[in-house]
Amino acid sequence: MHDLLTIGKHDFRSRFILGSGKFSLEMIKAVIEHGGVEMITLALRRANIGGEANILDYLPENIVVLPNTSGARDAGEAVRIARLAREIGCGDFIKVEVIRDSKYLLPDNYETIKATEMLAKEGFIVMPYMYPDLNVARALAEAGAAAVMPLGAPIGSNKGLCTRDFIKILVDEINLPIIVDAGIGRPSQACEAMEMGVAAIMCNTAIATANDTALMAKAFKLAIEAGRAAYLAGPGRVLHSLAEASSPLTGFLEE
Amino acid sequence: MKINGKVVALEKKITLQDYLNAQEFDLRLIAVELNGKLVPKSAYATVILSDEDVLEIVRFVGGG
Repeated sequence: MHDLLTIGKHDFRSRFILGSGKFSLEMIKAVIEHGGVEMITLALRRANIGGEANILDYLPENIVVLPNTSGARDAGEAVRIARLAREIGCGDFIKVEVIRDSKYLLPDNYETIKATEMLAKEGFIVMPYMYPDLNVARALAEAGAAAVMPLGAPIGSNKGLCTRDFIKILVDEINLPIIVDAGIGRPSQACEAMEMGVAAIMCNTAIATANDTALMAKAFKLAIEAGRAAYLAGPGRVLHSLAEASSPLTGFLEE
Repeated sequence: MKINGKVVALEKKITLQDYLNAQEFDLRLIAVELNGKLVPKSAYATVILSDEDVLEIVRFVGGG
């Protein structure tokens, strides 16, 4: 039996969502393949007159597109961007991202809740990027979110799981896939989050800024799978003091 | 007319579809907002542009 990740009505075998920023178009396919990626985020920007290379032409056919609402500064703009993205015709998924703070790029949780509610009502499969706050996560679930995407650290920072304790609270209390998005810099950090019970990892900069992007994508794939397996296996207990022998304490040579 | 923030003179009345084709946009890959409202692809052929219109034409790019 496959251990599937379900978001909305879609099942995924992969728990590695790739952010597609900062890559050359030619690199994307190799990164997707090495990472075993089944879902990729895209952003929406103004098109240029005269035609140009388009990222959609560089993606494998079966990949699920998760457009983001980057550039939105309030819920209304996020809704506009989501509608435009859906009209291009890559499905109903939308990663809601509302950011007014250009210094730390922290999400505006309040506007994110509003956008999530509006878009869920319009039939979108809404995956909101958020600052990990339990009350906000509950409001997002209530608003119709299909998953919740708390940040591990500021976007693009590669600092890792700075918010681990608060993400763990979401894992324990929210009955939706919790997907760590932003800040994860190394496979070991992705693995740690997965061991905690996070449903998936979204990662972009850690891979795009590695020397060998395809190999780093593979490293993330393996780390995410290892963490998931460890979570399902149930980690062993921790002794608070002393030790416990792993080898039998009888049958020694001198007995 | 204003297109993606730039002022462009519209010489004659033209459908949105003819305009987009004349400017060599790949209709598969774009979405259009006219005066702040989404235009469904199915309406491109019937929407007539006028010089007061504000058009946003977008496409997907790499992004997290």
